[in-house]
Amino acid sequence: MNSDPTAYGQYVDSTMMYISLVSLTFLLGISATMVYFVFKYNRKKGVKPVDIHGSMLLETVWFVIPLILVMSMFYYGFIGYKDFRTIPKDALEINVTARMWNWDFVYANGMNLDTLYVPVNKSIKLNLISNDVNHALYIPAFRIKQDVIGGTQHYMIFKADKIGSYNIACAEYCGLDHSAMYTRVVVMPEEEYNKWYESNTKDEIKEIKTEEVAKKDSTN
Amino acid sequence: MANGTIAIDDKSFLEEGTTKKATGIASWLFSTDHKRIGLMYLIAIAIFFFTGAILGVLMRLELIAPGRTIMDAQTYNTIFTLHGVIMIFLFIIPGIPAVFGNFFLPLQLGAKDVAFPRLNLLSFWIYLIGAALVLISLFVEGGPIDTGWTFYIPYSVRTTTNVSLAIFAAFVLGFSSILTGLNFVTTVHRLRAPGMTYFKMPLFVWSTYATAWIQIIATPVIGITILLVVLERLFGVGIFDPALGGDPVLFQHMFWIYSHPAVYIMILPAMGVVSEIIPTFARRTIFGYRAIAMSSLAIAFIGYLVWAHHMFTSGISETAAIIFSFLTFIVALPSAIKVFNWVATMYKGSIDPQPPFLWVMSFIFLFSIGGLTGLVLGALVTDVHVHDTYFVVAHFHYVMFGGTGTIFFAALYYWFPKMTGKMYNLKLAKFNAALFFVAFNTLYFPKFIMGYMGMPRRYYDYLPEFQNLQVVSTVGSWLMIIVICLIIYNLLSGLLNGSKAEANPWGGVTLEWHIASPPPLENFHEIPEVTHEPYDFSQLKNMKYGLKGESK
Ligand code: HEM
Ligand SMILES: [Cu+2]
Ligand SMILES: [Cu+2]
Repeated sequence: MNSDPTAYGQYVDSTMMYISLVSLTFLLGISATMVYFVFKYNRKKGVKPVDIHGSMLLETVWFVIPLILVMSMFYYGFIGYKDFRTIPKDALEINVTARMWNWDFVYANGMNLDTLYVPVNKSIKLNLISNDVNHALYIPAFRIKQDVIGGTQHYMIFKADKIGSYNIACAEYCGLDHSAMYTRVVVMPEEEYNKWYESNTKDEIKEIKTEEVAKKDSTN
Repeated sequence: MANGTIAIDDKSFLEEGTTKKATGIASWLFSTDHKRIGLMYLIAIAIFFFTGAILGVLMRLELIAPGRTIMDAQTYNTIFTLHGVIMIFLFIIPGIPAVFGNFFLPLQLGAKDVAFPRLNLLSFWIYLIGAALVLISLFVEGGPIDTGWTFYIPYSVRTTTNVSLAIFAAFVLGFSSILTGLNFVTTVHRLRAPGMTYFKMPLFVWSTYATAWIQIIATPVIGITILLVVLERLFGVGIFDPALGGDPVLFQHMFWIYSHPAVYIMILPAMGVVSEIIPTFARRTIFGYRAIAMSSLAIAFIGYLVWAHHMFTSGISETAAIIFSFLTFIVALPSAIKVFNWVATMYKGSIDPQPPFLWVMSFIFLFSIGGLTGLVLGALVTDVHVHDTYFVVAHFHYVMFGGTGTIFFAALYYWFPKMTGKMYNLKLAKFNAALFFVAFNTLYFPKFIMGYMGMPRRYYDYLPEFQNLQVVSTVGSWLMIIVICLIIYNLLSGLLNGSKAEANPWGGVTLEWHIASPPPLENFHEIPEVTHEPYDFSQLKNMKYGLKGESK
């Protein structure tokens, strides 16, 4: 069941699945034990409670087992994160400026758009900078976000394997229209992207119909 | 200091104060009696909590449909900020220590008062002044603050709303917190009854003690940070704002160096209350006394080292992110250990699930969800996705409200008869606990799902795909406000028309249950000698107010 448009997103989802399953096991275990005890040891005349002060063995067991489990979670988080932060050599760089309350995507040839167009199957490196307050560029479908901060440039990498069009949101509170900073990232077939890119100049930008690209998604 | 005179009459602290004037509001407002101060905090905090809850319900109403429903975006932004500021700085941080710590720490230690009763009154006054400043900031020129309770720079330097005054209020409130912490640490060190060694202290004392250290050590950091922000806003000194050559991420570091330990200020006292309630209703000793006591200290001290887990996406170095993720998982363990010990305390007990115990059961479930979803936030890849989304909103409501808030109610239902000498309606109290559990999950569980689907937090408007879950959550908020009203009704009518409570209705054995309800002004006619462990129920049959208050 791989519905994620990025391999990285798939990794995030399986890490989430792992943590959730372990958590659910603990939650159900703890709750069921508690409810069972409350029924089983309900106060009855003549039944004396037993004072048990503790058990070194149990304290050790329920320290060590969770320790191992959380270390495995840490490990999965860490491995994926290294991947997420590594800059591939062939990455296509696009500069992004955030301001209250919209996004600007600036390509190498100088063209300047408010929607992000990228080719499929290619690593993209977004160079992020803010003109004013903090923002965060968030692409939920790719499971990635990066704060965009004034004064320091940060980056974010992704590589989409599926053609389509996905939401971009602002995830760091930035004032009045914070919830209206939506735009889209459009993932296009490589040739189409190249054709489009070359036919554009700084001053003249051919419009692309987002819906058309999105339609191709289902045939992919 | 209590001056050694022992009240020999049998008047309670409600009838007899420390001031010259015996009655009237002044005999409360100027009272140095820790019990009166605790009750005054309770009234103030209850009012703020109710206000905050109403603001929450208003937000939920706005979010019932996309687009504008009942308010504009600016109003929404100020409301979530106010909601956060009230709930954090006026309710949950002072909460249990100020109300129940004040009231019960001296009682459980066998002391006549806290170490510095006047300083204690001063803390209360400072708290009121801080709260008043928050109120003033709403109405003076500039308008109510709209930065979120985290006051992140640069937004908080640029917005024209009244940031300086509002954060100065937080600065003032910090002093109240520090002084209370100082008072409690000294009280624990100096005023334990003869025979009460450290490992004979009740666990509520232990956790309040650990909390007090965090209050003393961490709070000054937020004070300094706030002063720097005010300097920057008023005089344009470049510290955090990049436009002035400052570093906005430095602000986040300083903010969380306080505010992460502050989450332990919020939860540790609640854990202490749980460790009181479970033994009382299971009528057996706590399982793993030392493990619980030491894990409080461990949480208090490792808690300082994990602040940057709030900043994984802020552009901190990868190495820093990895180290902070690692430490975050380590600090999760002491909390897990506590939960296991609590459940183990029910084993072979003699359990009577009265209302306080039902609230604790609810707590264990809700707090476990809060803690376990914290693992999702501790792991780097998943945090990058759900950071600043509804997932986080759900997580912190589960921990703070489901954890500490639930226990605030549990503590009220547990100690209400001791504080007032009256009993509330037990049936209604049980119903409260059950309805709360349903309301809580309806209100907040959908937010986990929305968060993972990509719904960012602090959003006035949202995409149509989230509407169904938003509606469920809003319905939960209606149930929640009903529960809150029922609790207030039950306690108030208990206070006004309730039957007289027994001195020891639950069969507790810590020192507060050895005296009358409500306690006399100086607590103990004779300072007790402590010979038993804190949760040794074999003493119950020899106590003055033993089982069901039958006086011996
Ligand atoms: C009736 C009960 C409550 C309701 C309906 C409620 C609802 C909400 C809502 C809708 C938000 C805004 C979420 C967003 O858009 O980001 C929020 C934020 C928040 N709530 Fe609550 N809440 C309640 C109780 C509490 C309690 C008891 C606490 C603390 C103990 C609390 C602490 C917070 C905090 C700290 C925020 C974040 C504010 C910010 O983003 O600056 N809430 N709550
Ligand atoms: Cu924003
Ligand atoms: Cu934290």
